[in-house]
Amino acid sequence: MIKDTNTIEILQPERFDSVGESSGQVKISRRTFVQMLGAGLLITMTEGVSSAQRRRGGGRSIAVAARVHINSDGTITVMTGKVEEGQGSRAELTQAAAEELRVNAGKIRLLMSDSDLTPDDGRTAGSRTTPSTVPAVRQGTATARELLRNLAAEQWKVDTDALNVKDGIITNRKTQKTITYADLARSQNVAEAFKQTVSSDVALTPVEKWQTMGTSVPRPNSRDIVTGAHRYPSDIVRPNMLYGKTLRPPAYRATLESIDLSKAKAMKDVVVVHEGQFVGFAAPTSFRTIQAMEAVAGTARWKTVPQPSSREIFTYLKEHARIGDRSRPRTRGSIDEALANAEKVLSETYHVAYIQHTPMEPRAAVAEWNDGKLTVWAGVDGPHQVRSELVRALGVPSEQVRVIVPDMGSGFGGKHSGEAAEEAARLAKAAGRPVSVRWTRAEEFTWAYFRPAAVIECKGGLDDKGSLTAWDFTSINPGGSAIDTPYNIANTKILSAGSDSPLRQGAYRCLGATANNFARESFMDELAAAAGADPLAFRLAHLENERIRTVLEAAARHFDWPSRKKKVTGELGVGLACGTEKNSVVAACVEVGIDRKRGEIKVHEVCEAFECGPIQNPANLTSQVQGCIIMGMGGALREAMEFENGRILNANFSGYLVPRFEDVPKIDVRLVNKTDIPSAGGGETPIIAIAPAIGNAVFAATGIRLRSMPMQRALQELL
Amino acid sequence: MAATITLIVNGTEKTVVSDPERSLLDVLREDLHITGPKYGCGEGRCGACTVLMNGKRTLSCTTPVSLANRKKITTIEGLAEGNSLHRIQQAFLDEGAIQCGYCTPGMILTAAALLNENPNPTDEQIVEWMDGNICRCNGYTKIMKAIRRAAVQIAEVKLP
Repeated sequence: MIKDTNTIEILQPERFDSVGESSGQVKISRRTFVQMLGAGLLITMTEGVSSAQRRRGGGRSIAVAARVHINSDGTITVMTGKVEEGQGSRAELTQAAAEELRVNAGKIRLLMSDSDLTPDDGRTAGSRTTPSTVPAVRQGTATARELLRNLAAEQWKVDTDALNVKDGIITNRKTQKTITYADLARSQNVAEAFKQTVSSDVALTPVEKWQTMGTSVPRPNSRDIVTGAHRYPSDIVRPNMLYGKTLRPPAYRATLESIDLSKAKAMKDVVVVHEGQFVGFAAPTSFRTIQAMEAVAGTARWKTVPQPSSREIFTYLKEHARIGDRSRPRTRGSIDEALANAEKVLSETYHVAYIQHTPMEPRAAVAEWNDGKLTVWAGVDGPHQVRSELVRALGVPSEQVRVIVPDMGSGFGGKHSGEAAEEAARLAKAAGRPVSVRWTRAEEFTWAYFRPAAVIECKGGLDDKGSLTAWDFTSINPGGSAIDTPYNIANTKILSAGSDSPLRQGAYRCLGATANNFARESFMDELAAAAGADPLAFRLAHLENERIRTVLEAAARHFDWPSRKKKVTGELGVGLACGTEKNSVVAACVEVGIDRKRGEIKVHEVCEAFECGPIQNPANLTSQVQGCIIMGMGGALREAMEFENGRILNANFSGYLVPRFEDVPKIDVRLVNKTDIPSAGGGETPIIAIAPAIGNAVFAATGIRLRSMPMQRALQELL
Repeated sequence: MAATITLIVNGTEKTVVSDPERSLLDVLREDLHITGPKYGCGEGRCGACTVLMNGKRTLSCTTPVSLANRKKITTIEGLAEGNSLHRIQQAFLDEGAIQCGYCTPGMILTAAALLNENPNPTDEQIVEWMDGNICRCNGYTKIMKAIRRAAVQIAEVKLP
């Protein structure tokens, strides 16, 4: 998560506010603790990364020992607080460590996301793993390598320059004498040396010398995935464990006034917990837990409040827009004058519905208390952050809470919060036994959080030559990601305004960038049409950003834009769009087929070019881009939360349609490897060009402009 | 009322005492701690819970455990033979057709059932057969490639 004032604050009206509100025990002071790791050496780990450092995604002022451990058998363990949720952080961070330690990636054991054993590298979010944590891991491991080289030099009484390091072996070039990392690790000197702080000016391997980075190293635990050996958070089993469930209100903002729990309490083997608004049950099987919950749910009396529905949501968000006080527009030139003097002025409003991440694995956690210490295995994207959440909610000291995140079943920005962890912890405490809480799909759809809905108002002015002279863009509710126009326009006014969201909203793959880019790139297409210009030429005429030009031209070239445009019919359209966010650039060309009778849009083909600096893992980046394209099609065409008076009406996969095999178009991914800048992440920005490219293709075929996501519904309403 | 039910899971006979209405998925996961089959939706719409029952693909989340009595259940844990992976497992590795991997067991078993019935499917047949399995990382392109690769291997085995 980076600066995005409207979405960084996840609204949490549904938490169990009346209990354990604040413990005041969040420890932010430096603390040091010692852990035993593997077969031997003591690791001294210093915690105490400043929040600014954490935001940058890498604990850097930490001891080398907190990042790297070399065992006497030569095993190398590298530690990171990052989580693997399917975007390739495990492979990428393994490669980073292998590169700097000069070993094969197979030699590295990456220990991830354990708040007791790994440094706080920030959440796995905001595309920060690549630009922040990879450099932090590289600095840590490069410092370790240099310390090992120094130890060898001291031992042989030679200059460090005389020594080569390769494959974990240090060689004296003159004498050909060798010593391995493992040999050195057997001496106490290494433990002493690794107490040093990671050096921030240690030289990192330049791109042109990369051996392991830049190659398609597969996910290191792939075999455990295909054999079913890997245990996801929802798969964790502890001895004597119970299965827990939480009683949910009938609607958002409903409060529990009373409940008669006696029938559940009378059931053998059932644990019942009622703390403030939290009512939970645990039993040896989830079937039994549900029986207990159903036995008493009908006795609950709830106080509800009326709330807006999805039918009126855009009017509601507009009416409640917070324009004026904190949110002020950024301006350049004079927008009023430019619009007044324009030859043509266009003014349109775009809408984006709330959508849900629907990670394949819904929220899950197992909690276990031992002598007052809480250990939680949870599917969340920040173990340290969720530890703080638990500390606040449960009123226990920070050092008494350990959060471990086994590689989990995806997140897409939707797993910042640790609700299941808190529920499991409350139940486990009362039960005196470990408790597993696994949300149902309906719970995930209802009680997690959503990508914000959006209302975006655009005004643009063209001069008599068809050049864009005025740009007025007001974005209500989705947040400020990618809100600035990359186009060269003399007079602009750009505003990101919050609103009063009736649904709990938060981060989602690329945040508000999808909404803002949908409006901008659709509106650019409208302006191009008004100017009588080709959409590609119109964009290029206003685009100075070389990186965006490169991907736009690459996508157009590989798609064969000029000749494909000539083949457009009433049933077949092509469209394109581009954009930039999180220091990466993307452009997409698509072909769609339109079934006018059924009002259906079928995406036939997508050619997308993407550039995020030097490519760290081509196969993984390809997966990320392919995944973004298809996921983006879901929000573009069909996905939308339907709700009424605080109730979600389509909290399942039959009412909320995500992309399936049948929806997959022909996909041509073109990765641009730009090696003269630092690498940026690739898991988010490739999603932002797809929706506007589809809308623009529908316009090319039909002359109908779809200004509302999801567009499938919008087309059916218009036809 | 609890019933005694016998499941032959990955070649081993297991007896459980369970309410017969519980789902096969819950019994495998909670009673037998076989966690390869995943919960994804609970309504048979995502395929994450897929197992093979007497060789046929079965959605274990909507199958009452009583229907599995005396049946042979294959989960992802039982697909490899010793250390030798099933060719579909290998194809998923070779194509890197894994992102978060949570849908992978269901994808692999569904594909295994397909190739059992139709060793040389067309792309259309693969799409139709696999359409009940959701991958939210949207790794469909590589999963398709993996299934094609495994299918080609079967064809090669059959045509020396």
